[in-house]
Amino acid sequence: MVEAARRTSPLEGRAFRGHGIVLAPAAPASRLSLRAAEEALPALSKALGLSLPRRPKTSAAEGGRAALWLGPDEWLVIDEQGADLPALAAGVSALHSAVDISHRNTAILVSGKRAEEVLAAGCPQDLCEARFPVGAASRTVFGKAEIVLWRTGKTVFRVECWRSFSDYVFSLLEKAARETM
Amino acid sequence: MAGAFRLPAAGRLDAGRTLRFTFDGVSHTGLAGDTLASALLANGVHLVGRSFKYHRPRGILAAGAEEPNALVGIHRDAARRTPNVRATVQELYDGLNAVSQNRWPSLSFDVGALNDLAAPFFSAGFYYKTFMWPRAAWERLYEPVIRRAAGLGVAPDQPDPDNYSNRFAHCDVLVVGAGPAGLAAALAAAEAGARVILADEQPQPGGSLRFESGAVIDGKPGWEWAQETVARLAAKDNVRILTRTTGFGYYAHNMVALAERLTDHLAAPDAQAPRERLWQVRAGRVVLATGAIERHMVFPGNDRPGIMLAAAGRTYLNHYGVAVGRRVAVYTACDSAYAAALDLKKQGIAVPVLVDARQAPQGGLVEQAREAGIEVLAGHAVTGTRGRLRLSAIEVVPVAGGPQRRVEADALLTSAGWTPAVHLFSQSRGKLAYDAGTGRFLPGTHAQNAVCVGACNGTTDLGMVVEEALHAGAEAAGQTGAQARGATARPEARSPEGWSAGIAGPAPGAEAGKGGKAFVDFQNDVTAKDIAQAVREGMRSIEHVKRFTTTGMATDQGKTSNLHALAIAARMLDKPVPEVGLTTFRPPYTPVTFGALVGHGRGALFEPTRRTPIHAWAEAHGAVFEDVGQWKRAWYFPKDGEDMHAAVARECRTVRQAAGIFDASTLGKIEVVGPDAARFMELMYTNPWARLEVGRCRYGIMLREDGFIYDDGVVGRLAEDRFHVTTTTGGAPRVLHHMEDYLQTEFPHLKVWLTSTTEQWAVIAVQGPRARDIVAPLVEGVDLSDAAMPHMSVRTCRVCGVPARLFRISFTGERGFEINVPADHGLAVWEAVWAQGERHGAVAYGTETMHVLRAEKGFIIVGQDTDGTVTPDDAGLAWAIGKKKTDFVGIRGLRRTDLVAPGRRQLIGLKTLDPSIVLEEGAQIVADPNQKVPMKMLGFVTSAYWSENCGHSIALALVEDGRARMGERLYVPMPDGTIEVEVTSTVFFDEKGERVHG
Amino acid sequence: MLLIYCPYCEEERPELEFRHAGEAHIARPENIAGISDEAFERYFFIRSNPKGIAYERWRHIHGCARFFNAARDTVSDRFLATYRTGEPKPRLEGEGQ
Repeated sequence: MVEAARRTSPLEGRAFRGHGIVLAPAAPASRLSLRAAEEALPALSKALGLSLPRRPKTSAAEGGRAALWLGPDEWLVIDEQGADLPALAAGVSALHSAVDISHRNTAILVSGKRAEEVLAAGCPQDLCEARFPVGAASRTVFGKAEIVLWRTGKTVFRVECWRSFSDYVFSLLEKAARETM
Repeated sequence: MAGAFRLPAAGRLDAGRTLRFTFDGVSHTGLAGDTLASALLANGVHLVGRSFKYHRPRGILAAGAEEPNALVGIHRDAARRTPNVRATVQELYDGLNAVSQNRWPSLSFDVGALNDLAAPFFSAGFYYKTFMWPRAAWERLYEPVIRRAAGLGVAPDQPDPDNYSNRFAHCDVLVVGAGPAGLAAALAAAEAGARVILADEQPQPGGSLRFESGAVIDGKPGWEWAQETVARLAAKDNVRILTRTTGFGYYAHNMVALAERLTDHLAAPDAQAPRERLWQVRAGRVVLATGAIERHMVFPGNDRPGIMLAAAGRTYLNHYGVAVGRRVAVYTACDSAYAAALDLKKQGIAVPVLVDARQAPQGGLVEQAREAGIEVLAGHAVTGTRGRLRLSAIEVVPVAGGPQRRVEADALLTSAGWTPAVHLFSQSRGKLAYDAGTGRFLPGTHAQNAVCVGACNGTTDLGMVVEEALHAGAEAAGQTGAQARGATARPEARSPEGWSAGIAGPAPGAEAGKGGKAFVDFQNDVTAKDIAQAVREGMRSIEHVKRFTTTGMATDQGKTSNLHALAIAARMLDKPVPEVGLTTFRPPYTPVTFGALVGHGRGALFEPTRRTPIHAWAEAHGAVFEDVGQWKRAWYFPKDGEDMHAAVARECRTVRQAAGIFDASTLGKIEVVGPDAARFMELMYTNPWARLEVGRCRYGIMLREDGFIYDDGVVGRLAEDRFHVTTTTGGAPRVLHHMEDYLQTEFPHLKVWLTSTTEQWAVIAVQGPRARDIVAPLVEGVDLSDAAMPHMSVRTCRVCGVPARLFRISFTGERGFEINVPADHGLAVWEAVWAQGERHGAVAYGTETMHVLRAEKGFIIVGQDTDGTVTPDDAGLAWAIGKKKTDFVGIRGLRRTDLVAPGRRQLIGLKTLDPSIVLEEGAQIVADPNQKVPMKMLGFVTSAYWSENCGHSIALALVEDGRARMGERLYVPMPDGTIEVEVTSTVFFDEKGERVHG
Repeated sequence: MLLIYCPYCEEERPELEFRHAGEAHIARPENIAGISDEAFERYFFIRSNPKGIAYERWRHIHGCARFFNAARDTVSDRFLATYRTGEPKPRLEGEGQ
């Protein structure tokens, strides 16, 4: 009857490359805010096809899907292939809450040898590899915005933020990236 | 030769690299590596400023950050005019343009110097006493005059065009200061494997090795060792060296703030490059190696240009290759000035006399001075100086009495000893301990994980300094868990100098107060006499003395003067120095620009600007935006030639006649999920929720525990265990915080979770008689008839082919829908809705029309019609309280005596008798406009608009006993006349509320 | 800027991630609707605001989002302990007044 409405990403057209740093908007992904108590984790892990992490500041990734520990009963599940995550969770009878936040968040990929230093322009956490190793994930702040920071490689971070903050976050990252140290 | 006073055989600068600069319009030549001060001195310029109060000619006292006198303006361009820059810190660049301050019409002839003659009028505390009477003169005469006369430099009058930067940093060991102690500590910590940050305020590390010519470390001259050590450190990937970087603040939990100056030394800085960077460093352990600051001798006439600190004179000589004079006398009470005299002598500069206040100075340096043929006058005092704008001679007398002797000299180096720079230690809340033996305050008890090494710790023998620092560095590294990679070799270090002796307070002969002013604090023009007077007038604590005399204030914070002032006060009070106490050291150590503190947070990055997914469309369609918190919201959509009034009138009319489309995406949204969702809602809102059917909506009111309205919004029940809650735009974060607070700490037994979905959904409101016609073609799988989907219902469906939540709700009183679609689809769905709307004569409307339409219906806006002291009953919303409920947040607060007492302000409507007058929001309301001022206020207007649909103005107001006053005549007194109003119901349009049902 | 040990994240995090949330260990009364004016005053309005060891609530709002409790010396700004919501007050040295 009607053609499905097109998607417009909040950071369309934004990019920065230079001075040892690359900033790029991540492709659209599906995301779930998953809340559950300990008892439900095995069933939810099975349904999602990955083992929900139980240690603070950690993540679990399997294929293009990842679960980031955000709090003792809270995970951010990201599927880069756009899988129907709410449907996967809906099949689990164990007590939990699954809310689709695919469009609430957007992400910026920060990569390059200066990634840690550029993020340190606004993030007060210690991001050295010893304290924030590959796979580490944490909700934190970047300047005056809240972000979820996930280290996906030695010099690669994924910065998740709410869509209306993405312009600010990208602009501050870019400002820091342009300042060679 | 860059300057007549530049010595070919001295200093470390490259004579081939000359730079041009101007001072007060006069062009000079300096060398790369000069400071403005060294370059001026090389050109024989000593007069650089006028003092604050007496406008006395002043020269350069120091060679570093402690400089109180040589403050100048650096003018790069119209917007870049930095006042109060210390010439001793400003590095020279080609084309530098410096101007003197606090003088008129010129530096050499300054009218303000009359103050000096009127000095008795300006004695300590003068501004507390002199300008008392007549009282009326204060505002009109005294204050304007004092304000014009006060201050030193002139602040720039244009916005700062520079960029500033911020970095958070973390390390195992932070070393502040890169003199011999700091370098040794950093080396030991780095070689033990710790993450090290080493910060130093100078462009090159080395600290006192810049001037300490006799220092030998590891068999090399001290300065050479320092540069080699820096190179070793720089080669390590676990070390960050920050030069031109001042550790200015030591805060809680080992956070130290550093200000790094990046471009102030460059002739043509990249406009995009940050001028300064603020480092917020969190350190495992902090090593303070901040050195010591030399004190001047306090004696009559000690402020004449040409008189400077001994180590400063030596720095200009040994580092910059500049002679501070042709005949340089020395006046001291400690040994280190002897080294200065010897260095000068070695360079062939005449040292006519070395005056030592001590009776029988002894030691190697004293012997060397005598052997070098310097006349040492032990037990003597300088009791006066000569020369108008530059020193020409000094008067010397034996302390024990005897004939006065005049000695010709064009410069005088003085040293009363060294004050350990315990500023950062003290800021860290460490407790100082007074060492009576050496008359110094030294670090005592540490309050944080820090250690002091070197001169700031009172260690003055170079061998011991290096030893102590290496130990501290290694220990700091070990303590923070660094893996030891082997110990640092211990280089042997020696220097003939010791820095521990000296005097505080006036030199002999200065106490009598004869022979002119003996300055304690140069920057504030405070003399020894002023301090004594303050004590005589009853100031007992050093904090009082400081405020009464202003000693130790302003940009230098008394770095050279505080101990002198304290010693004088202690002597006057006949108390030991520690009992009189030291004034508190507060950040910043040296002045920090606002730019550095603000960092990136200005302009577009001042705070996030939040835009909805539909923003671009509104922009393209001419919307005028308003700020709602961080959000930009379309305010109204003017057509060609329309002003705001015309646009809003058209939008209001069209919505009620046809339809309007509104971007409501900013509304806060919270998804409440879990088997206990309804129980939780019962506790958080006044309304009953348990029996709300799935697919239906309810208007909810949230209170604080005190019973006052906190937020409101429509809530839809999507499933037994799932609610879609909306909040006000501005309230979204605090409402979620408030809910989480209760859920986590008071009702943790409830099985429910909360998730913010504010930004998951773009929300498109379609309101008006044609709303259903507009929406219908785009919606799949829902019967939109009034019977199937009545007012206050919600359906999950697809709109424009994407998953949607469709609400049948209304904030206008018209039949209305709110389409929620995933945000990335918001723009496309809006465009589709707009295309349909145009076919039905709809308008896009903004927040102003939204406000008017809701006011026509008497719907409140929390925060506009409520102010945190309004109960549901006050707002006419008592119906929204579940009468049978036994608990909800605020239930007890609502029963407080005052909240149920008669006479509370209640929300009512107001109509102006002249229908064209729109009241002012916030205007006060009275019953009798002729009563005496101050009138009794009955209440105030909360909302007021022109209502195109009613044909008259409308207003909402909170008025005492308002609902009992229907039809009553009240008055709104305004500056240009009193406005008559009539009390009405809050509903101005469609009083029966029929339109909402279609 | 304080460094606060979050008992849920099990590490120290910068203060910027946290929000102070008032005095700890003030439970909302059972049957709050029926309590006296005096009891409501004590619950809602009265706070101890001590100089010295204060028991206070914090929320790791930009971290794990959990509320937790802390014992902090308001003079030195030192945290003596942080502990999860619902856990009892820890016994601390130097306490007793």
